[in-house]
Amino acid sequence: MFDVERLNTCILVWKDRPGALLPLLHDVQSAFGFIPPDALRLIAKALNISRAEVHGVVSFYEDFKTEGAAKHLLKVCCAEACQATGSRDLQQFVEDRFGEMPTKNQDKEGISIEAAYCFGNCASGPTIELAGRMIGRMTPSKLSRLLDDLD
Amino acid sequence: MKIFIPKDTSAVALDADDVAQALSRAQPALEAEICRNGSRGAFWLEPLVEVELAAGRYAFGPIGVEDVPELLECLPDRLEDHPKYLGLTEDIPWLANQERVTFARAGLGDPVCIHAYTKLSGFSGLEKSATLTSQEIVTQVLESGLRGRGGAAFPTGIKWQTVLDTPADQKYIVCNADEGDSGTFADRLLMEADPFQLIEGMVIAGAAVGATLGYIYLRSEYPLAYRQLSLALDIARRVGYLGENILNSGRDFEIEIRLGAGAYICGEETSLLSSLEGRRGLVRAKPPLPAKEGLFGKPTVVNNVLTLAAVTTIMSQGSEYYASLGAGRSLGTLTVQLAGNVARGGLVEVPFGVKLSDVLKDYAGGTFSGRPMYAIQVGGPLGAYLDSTRWDTPMEYEEFAKVGGMLGHGGVVIFDDSADMLAQASFAMEFCAHESCGKCTPCRIGAVRGAEVIDKIRKGDRVNENLILLEDLCETMESGSLCAMGGLTPGTVRSAFKNFDFGVKGPDKSLSREGVS
Repeated sequence: MFDVERLNTCILVWKDRPGALLPLLHDVQSAFGFIPPDALRLIAKALNISRAEVHGVVSFYEDFKTEGAAKHLLKVCCAEACQATGSRDLQQFVEDRFGEMPTKNQDKEGISIEAAYCFGNCASGPTIELAGRMIGRMTPSKLSRLLDDLD
Repeated sequence: MKIFIPKDTSAVALDADDVAQALSRAQPALEAEICRNGSRGAFWLEPLVEVELAAGRYAFGPIGVEDVPELLECLPDRLEDHPKYLGLTEDIPWLANQERVTFARAGLGDPVCIHAYTKLSGFSGLEKSATLTSQEIVTQVLESGLRGRGGAAFPTGIKWQTVLDTPADQKYIVCNADEGDSGTFADRLLMEADPFQLIEGMVIAGAAVGATLGYIYLRSEYPLAYRQLSLALDIARRVGYLGENILNSGRDFEIEIRLGAGAYICGEETSLLSSLEGRRGLVRAKPPLPAKEGLFGKPTVVNNVLTLAAVTTIMSQGSEYYASLGAGRSLGTLTVQLAGNVARGGLVEVPFGVKLSDVLKDYAGGTFSGRPMYAIQVGGPLGAYLDSTRWDTPMEYEEFAKVGGMLGHGGVVIFDDSADMLAQASFAMEFCAHESCGKCTPCRIGAVRGAEVIDKIRKGDRVNENLILLEDLCETMESGSLCAMGGLTPGTVRSAFKNFDFGVKGPDKSLSREGVS
């Protein structure tokens, strides 16, 4: 079970504001690291909508996760501007090492990998985001070093 | 002495924070004031460090952490000895030759310093509009010829007039800051480097149509823009540019930022409104137009970041000035974003009408890889791939449409001759499948099948039949999808097939429905 008090704090901030569900889910996710499945019922009740509607929104948007993240998250930009500067090689390198994206959480190295579509760093790609830090002009060998340096 | 190091997503992705830290460590002996300015958009020079002396601002770039010790040695009187010395920033041709209007302030100072903003004629457009009636403001925007910068290029004045003329107890201004197109970063740069300009534009829009509440729908991939905008909103509120009775005009306006959640489709205006209402980002049928029944069913102006920013110039300098820039029916300035495989990438603001080939010649400096340019995708993932015979096209909405292209938001993604155009065609379908909101079957399922069919063509499996099938699928998607996602993806796919020769022979007959037996 999760900390209901904490959830209620998030709910209180948003429940009477228009269009509350997305910002509320963002807050819940930053409080818990993901959207706990048990939270859906309480969120639905607070906003006077059905659980299906909350589930529908959670599952529609890439950002909302329903399970805890791995220790480190690696996002590789796979959109056109990065493809033009070699993100396909980067993607290949990552998939050779970790398996096809997106990888399941909690693999043995504690890294989960996702494809991303544009960080807005399109003039100096390919771009990755590793453990919350965005880095441009990435190459497989640079990335390999960065991954080796992670704990 | 003052030293500037940009606080900008691209600059930081190239270690600007580390450079700033290295310079800070040299304090207090350095005796310099360190300012984290916005970026000027010359991303090929980032991190672009500037040193301000009595004679002006001198630029160095790109500066890595390893360049800092030598930079410190050269300060303040041997600047030109540094290998990364670029002279006075304002004399760098790449910047000096541009016609900066919307981005005139970008990179000059601290983005969230309101004094810096007002000193550079910030809020003068709002001051002007405070003395005008709503109709007078809308008329100015109409006369300026401003068209929506998000990609669809709908005349902004007409949209505003519709909202003004629709009576309602509540109206909204929604800023579309869900800049999801690959190869575009102009909205991000504006929000990070000059956030007050967006705020000013939204307040003017509110005054023009009688709206009192604005939402900025910002994509979650832009955390720095979120930070800068939040800071700027707080300051604007404190100083009285937001809130009640703004500048004694009797008008109230408030702005709230709402974060997206990683859905590309939410850049489509009706999907964005669904998302803002707290629902799945499903596209809605038009009519009703958002201008009549938009957010929460109320009349709503939905404008791109750059459209709202351009309004500040129109109000402060007049619609005639704005309309004097540009060509044909595309007036004002276009912010070209040079991206992808490019040596000198970044933001280039020029009047509409300049040829794409001239922008490439004057600014791009070739590819980053050094190989020849081969394919250029203009206008984001839904724009066409253009071969070199089409690069001489003037950058105007209508001219681009004539060559089967789309100017869109001005993103220019350059590929060198190692590009695999079949893979790009396939990716267009894959991306559509990944990002489709699911409302229209041709888009939701057609894109999946499209990627499969292209894969078969790639493997040489019954190429002729599959090409006909692909064309059939493209037609179905085009005519059976509500929005541009399903409607324009086929155009991207076709352009990759038609404009480039990669050894796949087309069917003997022309691609048409009749070809399928």
